[in-house]
Amino acid sequence: MLDLSVGTQLPLEPSGIEGLDQIGYGGLPRGRSTVVSGTAGSGKTLLAMQFLVEGTLRYDQAGVFCTFEELPDDLMHNVVSFGWDLPALVADRRLNFVDATQHPGDDFLEVGSFDLSGLLARLENAVRKVGAKRVVLDAVGGLFPQFSDANVVRRELHRIYMGLRSLDVTTIVTIERIEEEGPVGRFGVEEFVADNVIVLRNRLEMERRRRTVEILKFRGTAHQKGEFPFTIDPRSGMTILPLSAFELVQRSTEERVSSGNPELDGMCGGGLYRDAIILVSGATGTGKTLTVSKYIEAAVNAGERAILFGGEESPDQMRRNAAGWGIDLAAAEEAGLLRIVCRYPEEMGLEDHTIRIKREIEDFQPTRVAVDSLSAFERGTATKPFREFFIGLSGHLKLKKITGMFTTTTAMLGPGESPTDTHISTITDTIILLRYVELNGNMRRALTVLKMRGTRHDHNIREYWIDDSGMHIEGPFVGVHGILSGAPIYDFRNERERLDTMFETDRFNGRP
Amino acid sequence: MTMNLRLYVTGGTPGSMRALRNLRAICHTHFDGQVDVEVIDVLEQPDLAEADRILATPTLLKRWPTPARRIIGDLSDPDRVLSGLDVLPLDPGGLTHGTATDDDLGNDKDSDA
Repeated sequence: MLDLSVGTQLPLEPSGIEGLDQIGYGGLPRGRSTVVSGTAGSGKTLLAMQFLVEGTLRYDQAGVFCTFEELPDDLMHNVVSFGWDLPALVADRRLNFVDATQHPGDDFLEVGSFDLSGLLARLENAVRKVGAKRVVLDAVGGLFPQFSDANVVRRELHRIYMGLRSLDVTTIVTIERIEEEGPVGRFGVEEFVADNVIVLRNRLEMERRRRTVEILKFRGTAHQKGEFPFTIDPRSGMTILPLSAFELVQRSTEERVSSGNPELDGMCGGGLYRDAIILVSGATGTGKTLTVSKYIEAAVNAGERAILFGGEESPDQMRRNAAGWGIDLAAAEEAGLLRIVCRYPEEMGLEDHTIRIKREIEDFQPTRVAVDSLSAFERGTATKPFREFFIGLSGHLKLKKITGMFTTTTAMLGPGESPTDTHISTITDTIILLRYVELNGNMRRALTVLKMRGTRHDHNIREYWIDDSGMHIEGPFVGVHGILSGAPIYDFRNERERLDTMFETDRFNGRP
Repeated sequence: MTMNLRLYVTGGTPGSMRALRNLRAICHTHFDGQVDVEVIDVLEQPDLAEADRILATPTLLKRWPTPARRIIGDLSDPDRVLSGLDVLPLDPGGLTHGTATDDDLGNDKDSDA
């Protein structure tokens, strides 16, 4: 995994915020101040508050929240929806507020020089009273309009940071910035507290909000580079989705499960791997939904639980589709073995979808999951967030040893490769291609297993047909190549062979 | 009608001592005993500082009569301090007193300057 054995590694304080400690390789620099910078509404205050709340709940560390903009009562009220009972924590002496805001009635006059020893004394007092190990200074920019000389405020803030350092508390300082790029904070604050900087961003991409967190620097300690998507989850607050962390811990299993189609199992060398991510790619009507339904049915028949996530059709439609092939999804649902979850992809951001899907998985504990179709989630999304969505999701499935089947929609004819396939194919373990093929004036269907990680598999392109009972895979196409390129080339050694194929064609067309 | 003031200071720092001297001089010249001054060291009584939400020291808090007001700094300009306290100077011509000197120190007790 990761090499953490750097000699000069500073001690870290786990923040307790999901994902943040993973990208920080363990937490925030202990006993130091970390600046969290971001535009308005980027989640700074939430991160800071969560740092304190998790500190009290997980690590039995008391905290002090010093607020420069919002009143303590408002802050407490704002986070009730996350289930955080701050008044109780305050009553328990596990959380302490220092109100450094300017109240509406406050009437100020400056006559001569001053310093902010009053604030420092209050902070030290608050820390001492609850034995705090964590301190938050929220929106220090709010201090500047209160005094005429910004230089004095900067100098005094620096003194406060040094004071906190001698108290041996880990501090988060939030600063508002004007733009998503450019200076870390307003008022030149970052110049003297820039040892550790986290930047939160909230950009509009393809008409969707995309929140990211980036550790700009942690002095003297390693951390993951770059931006990581996060979401603000109504149940658990800020949740960061670190991608590479998933890939590092995956272990593979040799256990096989059935795809629900014996012939397909055969082509895959004896079934699908238990922890495989399977991509089923095909045009409309090639049998993707059928493949998914069979795969779900196989789980149910084995007495295992499955979740079917739909992105294009309603649960009713999905039940009706399956019923057409004699698969009773409703019965499986009643038996408590199946859950169908349909959400329009456009309903929320992909990060939120990830969280919801994970939560469904957490609640239902399935051994199999199917997403029909994955392409629906790619519409209206930039490539990178989509890739992250898929990596995050597939990583989670692997971690839980859940089989995952995803369908993607390709063009009707021709060299069928959907954009979805291109973006995610490297992450999948198995790719099953379903294609229309035009042969001798007939529309036929071809299936091939393009990739089967970790095992030998059938490399043939096989013909299949679909009837009321499902998908039936036949022999390989003979005497023709270039099927998947969309421009088949016939290679008949003799007329007799061609007649044979024609006869075969009729045989298929003659079936009910 | 006695005015009620609170002066927040930090230990014996130079700025705090200056504020104390300047306030004494102002009270001596313009109030004629009609003022209660409480001097509070934030290091010794941080809870009071918390209750009054003190950030800067020195801070002179005019608690009564209303409107309440906060005068921040070492009070080196008596005229501005007086206007901040909504008080007219006692002698109409006396707008030119300088800031306190060391001689002003120690003439009075803290609480009845």
